[in-house]
Amino acid sequence: MKPVKIAIASGKGGTGKTFVATNIFNALIKENIPATIVDCDAEEPNVHLFYKNGVLETETEVFIKVPVIDESLCTHCDRCRQYCSYNAIFHIPSLKSISVMEELCHGCNACFVACNDNAINPKQKSLGKVRRYKIGEQHHFIEARTHIGVYSSVDVIKAAIAESSQDNYVILDSPPGTSCPFIQTAHRADYVVLVTEPTPFGLSDLIQSVETLKDMDKPYGVVINKADIGNNDMFEYLRENNIELLKKIPFSREIAENYSKGILYSSADKGMRTEFLDLFENIKNRLWK
Amino acid sequence: MEVAVISGKGGTGKSCITASLASMAKNILLADCDVDAANQYLLFQPEIKSEEVFVSGQKAIIDYSVCNDCNICIDYCEFDAIGRNNDRVEISEISCDGCRLCMRICPVGAIRMIDNDKSRLYSGSFRYGDMVYGRLAPGEENSGRLVSVVREKAKQVAKENSRDLILYDGPPGIGCPVISTITGIDKAVIVTEASLSGMHDLERILETVEHFGIKSVVVINKFDLNNDIAEKITEFCKSKNIEVIAKLPYDTLVTKAMVSGKSYYEYAPESDISLLTKKIWSFISDVKK
Repeated sequence: MKPVKIAIASGKGGTGKTFVATNIFNALIKENIPATIVDCDAEEPNVHLFYKNGVLETETEVFIKVPVIDESLCTHCDRCRQYCSYNAIFHIPSLKSISVMEELCHGCNACFVACNDNAINPKQKSLGKVRRYKIGEQHHFIEARTHIGVYSSVDVIKAAIAESSQDNYVILDSPPGTSCPFIQTAHRADYVVLVTEPTPFGLSDLIQSVETLKDMDKPYGVVINKADIGNNDMFEYLRENNIELLKKIPFSREIAENYSKGILYSSADKGMRTEFLDLFENIKNRLWK
Repeated sequence: MEVAVISGKGGTGKSCITASLASMAKNILLADCDVDAANQYLLFQPEIKSEEVFVSGQKAIIDYSVCNDCNICIDYCEFDAIGRNNDRVEISEISCDGCRLCMRICPVGAIRMIDNDKSRLYSGSFRYGDMVYGRLAPGEENSGRLVSVVREKAKQVAKENSRDLILYDGPPGIGCPVISTITGIDKAVIVTEASLSGMHDLERILETVEHFGIKSVVVINKFDLNNDIAEKITEFCKSKNIEVIAKLPYDTLVTKAMVSGKSYYEYAPESDISLLTKKIWSFISDVKK
């Protein structure tokens, strides 16, 4: 079995990313195909709502190394402030006032290199947690979760995906948007499924995601959710640009109501389950043909 | 006065509600802070008056005619962005964080930084006032800083044109672009939806606004998708002493309005959802609240 890592993503929020990711994963559970789902939406993780019976296996805290300035040794040479590309060091040499704004620090280490006076010491700052749960015998759920007030979720996401490195079939539930958290998730996937809805907002955000993935040279396809709302512009865009439409999911109040309660559609409906399994097989076969 | 509409979870209807609120104003500055999925300009088609380049960050590149293959930079990089590839040292554009440390420590000066300069900041006028928005180029980073730039510009234009109210359409999540949107604003309207995911994400965004000390109210959108959860959200807000200012029903006219290039308030001003949205407007426009 060759490994397959699929990211489920979308530019626009609320298009049904987690819906698609959890339903594919659920279809794999029901078919006894070993797999792992990773919730990479570390700012607002939701996958856990659907797998409350998971058994916690490991919990890891994710840290970055931030500077602490020893003022008794600091000569106020200003080099560390000049080296910092994130404005995380605030320094007024004339007042001999220096401080670190930890929330702006990216942990790049430049200030440590800059200091010639041994006046900077490292401190571990926690950004969030990665938890790995076991579901049944052959399935795992990994969650990335940042602490409140943390600026960037990227390090926690990277750690969560790294936690799945031994697993064969991996579904990554990506954060929304097209900036750093999305890029770092998509970068680690073999294939990206973009979930969208056929509305003007959905289309605008999809184009943004498509352009990003093209730049990254990453293979991708599109799932249109709530396929019968909105208008036809989305379908035309996909046709004109030769972008593969992997699947259409109709809008259904029943699906929305069930989902709102944390019930997975592919548990209740065998037909739906087969469709999500087909979607997975289709992508897998394409990657390893 | 600065007011932001934010949501934690994406796709709760934040942008559609913001657009309707803007349509109730006569003299507003609307700024779209959802810079990786900006949508307000699609609806309101502003007349652009200025376009500015936003440098979202920098990337390191190697001049191979100078590089002596010493490999020192590989050890210094905290982002695992530098490695050996194709028999030479290569920097991954995707993983490079732009910290400049490699440039500084390179003994032969073979590394330089180039600007990511494809993102833009726009300002112009639209039918209810002025609009400012940012568009992060696909794959570019630092959306939090672009949000700060959008806000700076918004405040400047609002002052020039005597707009009393600045309304921000916020990004989803609770990370850097959201923190940039809410830092120092007067009030926040938090839009959630009646689902388990919506409720969970609401808890995280409420903790975030509390962390930054922002006065806020909650709107439950699509409350009739799950009345029980809508009730639970109301109870939860009550326990936190936060007012649920409106409960909006699920209505297909929201999508129809979007397709026709209008806010739902413009499309159907007498509909239930429009009338209920007026309650949110009176909260926003009341300077005493």
